[in-house]
Amino acid sequence: MSQAQTNKTRKTRSVFARLASGIRRPASIHDFHGGIHPPEMKHLSNGTPIVPGPLPQQLVLPLNMHIGAPAKPLVAPGDKVLKGQMIAEPIGAVSAAIHAPTSGTVSAIGPRPIQHPSGMDAVCIVIDTDGEDQWVEHQGIADYTEKSPAELVDLIRHAGIAGMGGAGFPTSIKVNLGDHQRVEQLLINAVECEPYITADDRLMRERAEQIVTGIHILQYLLNPRRTLIGIEDNKPEAISAIKRACKGCDIEVRVVPTKYPSGGEKQLIQLLTGKEVASGQLPAQVGVVCQNVGTAYAIKRAVCDGEPLVSRVTTLTGDGVSQPGNYEVLLGTPVRDLLAHGNLAGLDIGRLVMGGPMMGFTLHNPGVPVVKTTNCIIAASPEELPEPPPEQPCIRCGSCAEVCPANLLPQQLYWHAKNDDLEKAQHHNLMDCIECGACAYVCPSHIPLVQYYRYAKGEVRQQAADQVKADKARQRFEARQARIEQEQAEKEARRQARLEANRKKKEAGPAAASTVDVAALKQASLDASKAYKAAVKAAKAAEAEGADNLAELKAEVDRLKAVADKAKAAVRDAKDGAPVAAAPAEDAVAKLKKQVGDASSAYKAAVKAAKAAEAEGADNVAELKAQADTLKANADALKAELREAKTNAPAAAAPVAQADPVAELKKQVGDASSAYKAAVKAARQADEDGADNAADLRAEADRLKAVADQLKADLRDAKANAPASPAPTSPSTATAEEQPDPVAALKKQVGDASLAYKAAVKAAKQADEDGADNAADLHSEVARLKAIADQLKAELRDAKAAAPPTPKAAPAATATTDSPAVSEEQAPQSLSEVDPEQAAKRQKRLKGLKTAYNMAHKQYKEAHAAYERAERNETANADELQAMQVKIDKLKAKADNARDALDALVEEAKADIRAHTGKDLKTLKLEAARAESALADKQQELEQQRSSASEDTLEALSSELQALESETQIARKALKQAVEEQGLAE
Amino acid sequence: MSLITSTSPHATVKNNTGAFMRQVIYATLPGLAVLTWQFGWGSVINVLWAVIVALVSEALFLKARGRNIAFYLKDYSAVVTAVLLGLALPPTAPWWLTLIGVSFAIIVAKQLYGGLGMNPFNPAMVGYVLLLISFPVAMTQWLSPGEPLSFVQSWQLFTGQLPVDGLSGATPLDTFRTAHSAGAVSESELASHGILHGQFAGLGWEWVNLAFLLGGLYLISRKIITWHIPLGFLAGLGLPALLAWLIDPVRFADPLFQLFSGGAMLGAFFIATDPVSAATSRMGRLIYALLIGLLIWVIRSFGGYPDAVAFSVLLLNLSAPFIDYYTQPRTYGHKSSNRGVS
Repeated sequence: MSQAQTNKTRKTRSVFARLASGIRRPASIHDFHGGIHPPEMKHLSNGTPIVPGPLPQQLVLPLNMHIGAPAKPLVAPGDKVLKGQMIAEPIGAVSAAIHAPTSGTVSAIGPRPIQHPSGMDAVCIVIDTDGEDQWVEHQGIADYTEKSPAELVDLIRHAGIAGMGGAGFPTSIKVNLGDHQRVEQLLINAVECEPYITADDRLMRERAEQIVTGIHILQYLLNPRRTLIGIEDNKPEAISAIKRACKGCDIEVRVVPTKYPSGGEKQLIQLLTGKEVASGQLPAQVGVVCQNVGTAYAIKRAVCDGEPLVSRVTTLTGDGVSQPGNYEVLLGTPVRDLLAHGNLAGLDIGRLVMGGPMMGFTLHNPGVPVVKTTNCIIAASPEELPEPPPEQPCIRCGSCAEVCPANLLPQQLYWHAKNDDLEKAQHHNLMDCIECGACAYVCPSHIPLVQYYRYAKGEVRQQAADQVKADKARQRFEARQARIEQEQAEKEARRQARLEANRKKKEAGPAAASTVDVAALKQASLDASKAYKAAVKAAKAAEAEGADNLAELKAEVDRLKAVADKAKAAVRDAKDGAPVAAAPAEDAVAKLKKQVGDASSAYKAAVKAAKAAEAEGADNVAELKAQADTLKANADALKAELREAKTNAPAAAAPVAQADPVAELKKQVGDASSAYKAAVKAARQADEDGADNAADLRAEADRLKAVADQLKADLRDAKANAPASPAPTSPSTATAEEQPDPVAALKKQVGDASLAYKAAVKAAKQADEDGADNAADLHSEVARLKAIADQLKAELRDAKAAAPPTPKAAPAATATTDSPAVSEEQAPQSLSEVDPEQAAKRQKRLKGLKTAYNMAHKQYKEAHAAYERAERNETANADELQAMQVKIDKLKAKADNARDALDALVEEAKADIRAHTGKDLKTLKLEAARAESALADKQQELEQQRSSASEDTLEALSSELQALESETQIARKALKQAVEEQGLAE
Repeated sequence: MSLITSTSPHATVKNNTGAFMRQVIYATLPGLAVLTWQFGWGSVINVLWAVIVALVSEALFLKARGRNIAFYLKDYSAVVTAVLLGLALPPTAPWWLTLIGVSFAIIVAKQLYGGLGMNPFNPAMVGYVLLLISFPVAMTQWLSPGEPLSFVQSWQLFTGQLPVDGLSGATPLDTFRTAHSAGAVSESELASHGILHGQFAGLGWEWVNLAFLLGGLYLISRKIITWHIPLGFLAGLGLPALLAWLIDPVRFADPLFQLFSGGAMLGAFFIATDPVSAATSRMGRLIYALLIGLLIWVIRSFGGYPDAVAFSVLLLNLSAPFIDYYTQPRTYGHKSSNRGVS
């Protein structure tokens, strides 16, 4: 029906209503749609006055007789209570107090059956009555206008007054609307439209004055513009009684035609005011407040007499009781007691209804108590209210739609409810159904329509609740998805960063395994920084020698530094996403130990060189000094790094890491300082010995010092940039074990190269000293060796770049192939000099390879164990397992390579040593012997000339002697070292 | 004491669907009486035979569907269908025609859809249309009004012992239609057809329709039906007829003739008001009935059939759910009514 037509129809209807009211009624009454006229049955009970109800042995008072929060008990079992004493107080805004309806003893507080559609129990206060019905001290207010409305509202709340019409909404809420809501009309509902019920009828007939006083109190509280009492025209006595009581005041009595459900709140509002309460809103929102006439009476009693709500007028009716009528029943009176009181004849009862026949509830148990909302008890004989006839098919006759006061289409709602088509039911405004039962009353097919609607409404509410739940779950799920996506995106970003870093590394040359975790990144970073350090060292060595490819090396150093920085940045990025683990810190310490070891070997070499220089004289003292400086800086850097690692490492790792490296570092520092002192001493001696090349040396020394300073600065920078690498963290314990052995090997390689340089330099020095006839040759030889070393370095770099997945093995292999070539080239020239150096070099390589192999093997085993563990515990998914497998394969290959290289080197070293050692030892022995004999000769000469020669000659001789002594010492030392090395190699 | 527990309301009207249906049957009695007065006992025989066929068909299929036969037969819905179809058939109808029509109406149009309340189409009209299409000659052989046959003649017609040909005569609607389809019609020519000129509408048929109107008013007074469908129906038929007749009184029949001819009143009060297959809201019923009336006028005036109640009702049965979706009443507390499917 279109809006316009609807309005027109309504207008027409109201015109008719007005015309009709002009004839029959004095004031305008608006009609509402539908409604029924069931047999009234009021004559059963409206002929006799209200009489007091029984005083039962026990009263059962549910804590929730009203809508809202249950009241909170103030008494305990065993407490004596007096009539009117508050036994439970209101909790929260929507609640009402409960008072003892008579004097007695609280016997229990616990669940008792109450009137509830599902037959459930609820917490009740049980009072054993003492029969004295003794009131608590109470006093009414003579003039309620002296009290503020707020005080009265509080009084009503604590008098336990709740809507007496049926809903039981706490009255204190309805009379306390606040200033923002202007009450246009106060409606007093005296319609009593349901059949059978006559409680309000009798109340109005007998206590009209008190009701009107109650209405005045409501007027005082609400200050309405108009006050209307609606009474159905089937209660003429009540109408006249109220009219009499209202004479001279502003209360208008409105007689409404008898029609069910005129007493419905919304219907009464429409009848008396023509207003409609919008769907889902409260009457107050259209400026209307409805109060039941019984409530008005209870308010009067509470305010003027000080009597809280302890009883109410209840109609006991039906042809199952012999004395139907209205009883003033104490709240909590079990229906059984009331029936015994009014059904002395003991008639047969087929159905017990609490409330009216249209909207009441059948009672499953006559023990349930009368509560504040109980306006009627119908004890019907089986004939009066028989079992409902069987349900017939709906023929859509539309009778239900004709009587629906909400103007719904009950026949359609029925179809949709029956089919669980809740969406369509809601589209037909299911939720506006007031469950008045008019549709079911008229249904010729006896379909319990209200039951279908209650069911559908319950489903709708359930769905709404489920929807709320589902929404929450969905929000949680979405948040989780977003989080996972973000994590994956971050993971992907990190992966990309790693790939990028790996790619750059591959471009740059240094070997880098393309593993996909932080450990690999860390490794890459470490490799880069090591390569950088090695390059720095190489550059240093090159500078020491004389710098024809110095610029090239420096460029290389810079490039490596950039690579290292990038790798470190990648590691830092990766670390940001990874939790800190303790194990990697230990690794870092171990790594540092190794670095320290390297540094110490470098130191030892430097010390050795310095001692040699000391012995030889001063031509390369400055160089040594520079080298010593550099090494000292190196040592400092390592020391600092170790300290940092220690602070970063967890306490567990610290004790292991602390002792050795510190001691070693201390030793190193001691060595370095002694080497430094020796170098200084040698320089001084060189100055003394003679200054033929002193100027050259000094210039060279200055240059070297500058270079050394620069290198020191570089190192400091490297150190500053490198903190990430010594103490990295990784989330993966399996990969965290990965050690920088390839790097160590590389570093060793580079160290070897520089050692070769040093050896060559040393040889040249020695040659210088032995006799200057082949000094020039040797110098050229040094240059040649340097070229060879450079070439070697370049080759190593190439090898590293060519074999990134096996960084450990490749350099070793390269080394093994390279070293024979070196020795072959060296052999014809100065075998005796080169051999010990070669041996030392090989020795170092052997050590490195051993370490590399051990580590690789250990890693492999650990990775394998981790894999097995993961597989067994199922802690990793298939992808992770596969990744682990790949890693294990790689590690195995690495370990195998390292082992092969080691084997090859050992074989080679053995062969080499077997071929050369005899000669070497012989030469060394000869040297030592020659040195000793030279020393002895010089001593003899000194002794001979001591008497004859001049002071100057003597001094020269004694210094010569001193030099020879040191030379002898060095030769002895070299011999000893050679013997030792041979033993080690074997 | 054993107490009945049930949900509210606990009181219901002392009424049931069977009583509802019986009221409809009672309301057809005046119409049936006038038909008998005008045409003889054919209609009575038709109705009784139709009721027997309907009850047997219904019982058979209730049994086949495993339902309580007595309970469902007591709703009288099958009887109503049979009575309405029996009234709609010509009084000359042989027994087999009724048998086919009624059994089809009950079995196919009603039980196969799920029984009472589930059928989308008016079963009586489904049966009628089946017969009209299958046996057009037998379905149009009416008798001349005012010359009722004896019971024996009617019985012989029913059993097929008496040939229809010599007895049958055209209805006023047939006559009017034939006159116009022959070509140009003059006022005098129309006047020559006595059957078109009864007291206020077609001869004889005016009384039949008047009787059904009375029965319908009884139904309204008993609140078995509401006024919406009959009024809409008659307005939908009468208003266009009035307009057209005012424009061309020779070409178009006058509104009273339209309203009191053929199945107009039977359709308006008994056929279109079948609640199961009709629209259900008040406004929906009005629209539904208006369109039926309009369709009847259109088919009578321009279509190939002399009457069109069955076709129009079935066509609007199809549209009823759609109409319902768009004619929901404005619920209390709502500014406007809901439209369409949820």
